Order: sequence, then C-alpha cells, then structure tokens
Amino acid sequence: MDLTDALQSLAETVAAATGPVVGVGSRTQFDAGNPVPTDAIAIAAPCGIVGFEPTDLTVTLGAGTTCAELDAVLAEAGQEVALDPADPAATVGGVLAVGISGRRRLRNGPVRDAVLEVRFATADGRVVKGGGPTVKNVSGYDLPRLLVGSFGTLGLLGQVTLRARARPARTQWGARSGAPGAVLASLVQPSAVLWGGTITTVLLEGHPDDVDRELRAGGLECVSGPAPFPQGPHRGRISVRPSAIEDLGPVLDATGCRWLAEAGVGTVHVAADSPDALAAARAAACSAGGWLLREAGAPELDGFGIELPNVAIMRRLKDAFDPEGKLAPGRLPLISATASR
Amino acid sequence: MCFPRSTEEVAAAVRIAALHDRAFVVRGSGTGLAGGATPLADPLVIVMTQMNRILDIDPVEQVAWVEPGVLNLDLSRAVAPLGLHYAPDPSSQHACSIGGNVATNAGGPHCLASGVTSAHVRALEVVLADGSIADLGGLIPDAPGYDLRGVFVGSEGTMGIATAIAVHLTSNPPAVRTLLLDFTSVEAAAAAVSGIIASGILPAALEMMDAQITRAVEDFVGAGFPRDAAAVLLVELDGLPAGVAADVAAVERVGLAEGARTVRVAADDTERELLWKGRKSAFGAIARIAPDYYLHDAVVPRSRLVEVLHRVYEIAAEQRLTVMNVFHAGDGNLHPLIVFDAREPGIWPRVHDAGDAILRACVDAGGVLSGEHGIGIEKRDFMPLIFNPDDLDAQAKVRDSFDPSGRANPDKVLPAGSRCGEAQRIPEGAWI
Ligand SMILES: Cc1cc2nc3c(=O)[nH]c(=O)nc-3n(C[C@H](O)[C@H](O)[C@H](O)COP(=O)(O)OP(=O)(O)OC[C@H]3O[C@@H](n4cnc5c(N)ncnc54)[C@H](O)[C@@H]3O)c2cc1C
Repeated sequence: MDLTDALQSLAETVAAATGPVVGVGSRTQFDAGNPVPTDAIAIAAPCGIVGFEPTDLTVTLGAGTTCAELDAVLAEAGQEVALDPADPAATVGGVLAVGISGRRRLRNGPVRDAVLEVRFATADGRVVKGGGPTVKNVSGYDLPRLLVGSFGTLGLLGQVTLRARARPARTQWGARSGAPGAVLASLVQPSAVLWGGTITTVLLEGHPDDVDRELRAGGLECVSGPAPFPQGPHRGRISVRPSAIEDLGPVLDATGCRWLAEAGVGTVHVAADSPDALAAARAAACSAGGWLLREAGAPELDGFGIELPNVAIMRRLKDAFDPEGKLAPGRLPLISATASR
Repeated sequence: MCFPRSTEEVAAAVRIAALHDRAFVVRGSGTGLAGGATPLADPLVIVMTQMNRILDIDPVEQVAWVEPGVLNLDLSRAVAPLGLHYAPDPSSQHACSIGGNVATNAGGPHCLASGVTSAHVRALEVVLADGSIADLGGLIPDAPGYDLRGVFVGSEGTMGIATAIAVHLTSNPPAVRTLLLDFTSVEAAAAAVSGIIASGILPAALEMMDAQITRAVEDFVGAGFPRDAAAVLLVELDGLPAGVAADVAAVERVGLAEGARTVRVAADDTERELLWKGRKSAFGAIARIAPDYYLHDAVVPRSRLVEVLHRVYEIAAEQRLTVMNVFHAGDGNLHPLIVFDAREPGIWPRVHDAGDAILRACVDAGGVLSGEHGIGIEKRDFMPLIFNPDDLDAQAKVRDSFDPSGRANPDKVLPAGSRCGEAQRIPEGAWI
C-alpha cells in the first residue's frame, strides 16, 4: 500500500483548516496532555500497512493503524513491536503522540527507541520526513524522537517506520508478594516488573528453560496475567526515579488512589474516583521529586505539577513549526502560552 | 583554542565567543570521521579533553555521570568491577570521548541488540550558544515536554556543548558465546546474515569481514582467521544460558545451510578476546596494505546487502581502486574502506568519485547516508539525496530553536539553502 496521496491530502486538510486542528485516533487516550477546544477539527491519519519486510525487522504503516492490526500482521511472521497499549484499539500514531511506552519498557526501552522514520503533516500543509527507514541511521537531526510525546503540537503523524523484533519463544507471568526491589535484583532480564502495593508481578520472556530459571531465582509463582491497569474516571501517569517507587507506594495508598508501578522504570499508573484524590497523587509525586501527567478527568490538573524546563527552546520549536498555534491548542507542553493565542 | 575544565569555563568561553561574534566548534578526541570538529570560518575551538572525570556511578539504578572528555573505554573499565559496562563500543573506543559519542550518536559492534548511543543516554547538561546552561532529559522517565535530549544526541556540536552526561550502564550478561564462521563467497556470508536475522535471533553483534581485510587482520594479529576465506562472520550471542545455547545451535545451522566451511565457537574468554581483537584491529591492519584509507559509512536495508556489496566492488573496479569491507552486517551498516597511496598522482578524484558512487548506490537501495559517523561536512552536501527541501527546512527549524544565533558549529550537517528563506527554490506554501 502506498500512502503518498493520503499523506498529501492529510497535509492539505490541515492547511485548509482555518481554526484549530487535532490528530485523532481511536480516542483511547484523547484527553492525555489536555483536552483540545471543542471546535477543533479532528483529523485522522491514514491507516494500513505500507511495507513489512520480515528479514529487515522493520515495518512501515499509516499512523492511523491500530496497534491490534499491526500486531496481527507482525504475528504472522513471528514478530512484534512491544507497543502494548492498555487498549489495543489505540492507534500507533496515538501511542506515539502521547509518548506512552508499553509495560515491557524495562527490557525494550522507551517507545521512542522503536521509531525509525516519521512522515508528518505540518501546520502549513507540507509532508515532512524525519529519520530514515533503516535500523541504524544518524543522517540529520532526530525528528522522530522530537515528534514522539509531542501530543500533536508540532505536526500530525501520518506514516511511521518501526523496528520490529522476534516474538519470544515463551512468555510467562510470575508473581510474589512483597516489594519489587528484591525481585528486580534477583532477575537477569525481566521484561516487566509491576507492583501494586502488595504483590509484585513479573513478565519473563525468552527460552523456556531460562524463563523457568528466572522464575526460580525470583521465587515467583506462575500466574495467568498481570495486575490490570488501574481504572477510574480520573487518571494520570507519575514519573519518579525508579528508586523512589517503594517509598511512594504507601503514600499513594493514603491518597485513596489505585495505582500500579513499573519497577525499575519509575512510571506509576494512577486512577482515582475524584479529582482531589488525583491531585493528592500529584502532590505525592512532586514531593518524591517527580511529576504527574494527567491522562483523563480532573480538568484542573494542568501541566505536570512542576515547572516546565527549557521553555525557551520548546517555545521556539512550537513557534517554528506552528506559528499560528493551530495544532492542538491547549495541549501540553506549552499550555498557558498556547491558550492565550 | 581553549581547554575548559568545568561547565562554567565552557559557558564563559561560549560567551566570550559571542561577545566577539565568533562561531565556536567543540572538539572531543578528534577521531570523528565526518569532519564535524573541523573548524570552519575561524571559530573558537573548545577542546573537551580536560573535562575527563567520571563524576558518579550509581550501581543500583545503573547510571554513571561523566564529563564529556571521558574516553569510552575508560568508563567501561571503571565499572567492570561492578559487573557493568557501557554498551556502545565504537572501534575507536580507546580514543574517542563520550561527548563525541553523544554528538555523533556513535555505534559499535555491540549496538545491534542494545541500540546506539541515543538509547543509552539518559540526561545531559549542555551549554547553549548563548552561554546558558540547560538540563535535557533526566533520570526520571519521560521528561516533561519535547524530547530535547533525544534531539541533542547526534547533533554534532551544532546545538550546544554537552558538559555532563548521564549514561545507562548495562549488566554483563551471564552467558556469552562468540562464533567465527567462514565462507567461500561474500554472497553466502551475506545470505547467512539475513538467515540469522530472519530466524528470529538478534545477536549482540554480527560483523562481517571480506577476504582482503580478513587476510590483513590475520597477518597483523594472528587470531586464527582463515586466510583463504572469501568472507568471515563474527557473531556474538549473549543473555541467559539456555537461550544462548539454542541461538548458538541455530546460528551454526543457518551458517552451514548457507555454505559455511567452518564454524568455530570460541572456547574461552581468551579466544573470544582474540577474535574481537582481530575485528577491532581492522583499521590498524590495513596500514600494511596501503598508507592511506578512506572509510565510508552508510546503511542499507538488510535484505539488500548482497546486491549493494556487489555494486561496491564494481565501483571500486571501475575506479581501479582497492576496496575492503569490514562492517556491522547485522544492522546493514556498511563500511567500505578504500585503500590507496595518496602519493599516486591523480588518485584523489578517483577516491572521491568512488565514495560518491558508493553512497548513491546505498541510497538507491533504500538506504541512508550514515549509520554512525554522522554528516559533518563530509556528507553535508549529500543530504538532499535523502531529504527534500521541506525535510531540510524542518531540520533547520530544530537546529535554530536550540541556537538562534547560528554560532554553534556553523556550516555542518545542513547544506546551504536548507532554510526555506535562503533557498533558491521556495517550496509552495512556505512562509518567507
Ligand atoms: C579507527 C576508527 C574507528 C572508528 N570506529 C567507529 C565505530 O565503530 N563507530 C562509530 O560510531 N564511530 C567510529 N569512529 C568515529 C569516531 O570515533 C566517533 O564518531 C566518535 O564518536 C567521535 O568522538 P570524538 O571524541 O573523537 O569526537 P570528535 O571527533 O572530536 O568530534 C566529533 C563531533 O562531535 C562534536 N562534539 C565533540 N564533543 C562534543 C561535546 N562535548 N558536546 C557537543 N558536541 C561535541 C564535534 O563538534 C564533532 O561534530 C571511528 C573512528 C576511527 C578513527
């Protein structure tokens, strides 16, 4: 499938809009990084697989393709990209715009490490390519990394090339009661170590004998799956130093929030029944030296809860790519400045 | 030229350059191969060799803070007693600086599975072109806002100067096996590379050396490389023991199926190190063949390796030059090495023409201009081969956002005319 024309018309649609525009996928995380004005024109990226060469371990696709569809295509060749969104209906473009890494980040690295090339529509209606299709590339500046996590404020992702890898021979969840630090230290290469306060759940992947060995080393019992991501109307994502997680857990319990921490990474997924509880979680994150990004609900919890660093550079980037403030106004990172336009 | 010893001194030097409206160029160890540290336009040259302290090592979170002048290998040596290492291992690792590695997003044989420098840099302290100090990224995941750390890595000194760097330290794997496979044709070796990757194995390293370089290395190091092989593959597998054993067997199977004459599995660490010494001495070894060499660096999709290698040999033959190939086959990162004697009259144009043709062949095969050495001045004017004016304009916007003054390492990376305002041809719909 060739998306050249689709990308061109995506760019033209953006250029033709006279008001605010915002990229939209499956709306699974549409409020992350702040809601956009209700009059914003929502534009979907093209979808479909553009190219998949199993021997290259790379896949090129329209950003509007869902993670579930991508996974089905890769699975046929025994490969995967560990995007792991909480809801597989999420589009690849949405996952990248929000910059959320899957729960296997501990082993696979952050999601931006999987992005090799991006093609995006600019505010003035051009299609721009950044990066390149090969697994290794230092030709020019790393635009893909800049676009990942930019909440659609610099351009609309239209097409991306991702690095794939072989699916592991065996995938096994294990669990043990207690805090994650000791488990983490006893394992060689866990793919995920999740902690919900009482139980540590671990994902092991690899050769079946190695998985068994790791299960024994960690004192883990096989379980069918991980603890679910916390649910609730008000949700956020905390970032702290990995070493701060064990102390943060009890503090979060006291806020009444439900939470699940990615040990060794420093991300804590939080859900609350009231905005106040999520605000308390943010306060706890900030006093642990981190911050909380609101993903849903709690409209007054703007920003990150801390001052945005390097505002001058980010401001110049935003002004250079979107001088009229047309792309996803109100979205992070430069909320206050953009909102005033 | 100045040799600052602290971030404050770097900032002061940059401010003095600003006062005199002079550009500045930062230099690490000067091993760069794209001319990124070459002073153009009479700049202040800021040399980072005095800032070479390891500032902090945190074995629990596996992070080290280093000054930019720390040599790559010195860091791995310092953390070895903790069972850790710094994964990116350029062949120049005993000489190149971590600051230079960050600026070029350096790779190495062991970046196949673990990723190049960018995947290992967590935080940076940088001095910007106006003399201010900024912290990019951090030890906390997902730093708020745009990923400025990610953009700075690989920016070749054009966005500012890295004055402190936090890198991830990797645990030494419990099991490591190194294999040497030898082939009677380059095609068979390349097919084995594709076969290994396609079978779902991601080796820690997968390197290829052709006949000429194998012989040169063998004469130089005596690592036991077969002198009559058309190509050899050096494959390293690491991880947990059962997985490694299974992968060793699979690599052996694929190799033999593709016609490997022998598969040698290093028996112990000494043998392993000897094999690696052979690979890493390649550039030194060629001094025995000709006094000069021009090393290229380009990447092609792995599935196109064989055809591009063919073309590389053809191009060398057309220009009556000797080309040798020693490269990171696992990720399609070619390093054609043209060896010659610069005293031979009229040789330079041929060397350049061959390089030019090789680069174009790689791009024609769907490849890119550089896998790890960067663009610098060497490939600056080739950028339009893979980027159109709109792409280049976007890159110029990013650079200008970091350095509106344009004084940080000017005239590198982006060709003249990259900003749409300065272009002869103004793209439709562009603002001027
Ligand atoms: C024999 C040989 C083998 C090589 N093998 C490899 C290899 O396997 N993989 C690989 O990737 N490279 C390789 N290289 C290339 C080179 O070693 C790398 O590019 C290295 O990262 C450069 O580091 P350096 O300290 O020498 O930087 P320099 O050459 O001094 O500078 C390179 C660039 O970095 C910028 N820079 C330096 N320090 C800083 C700083 N603190 N802040 C901001 N910018 C800075 C400079 O302005 C310049 O643009 C090889 C080179 C040689 C000679």
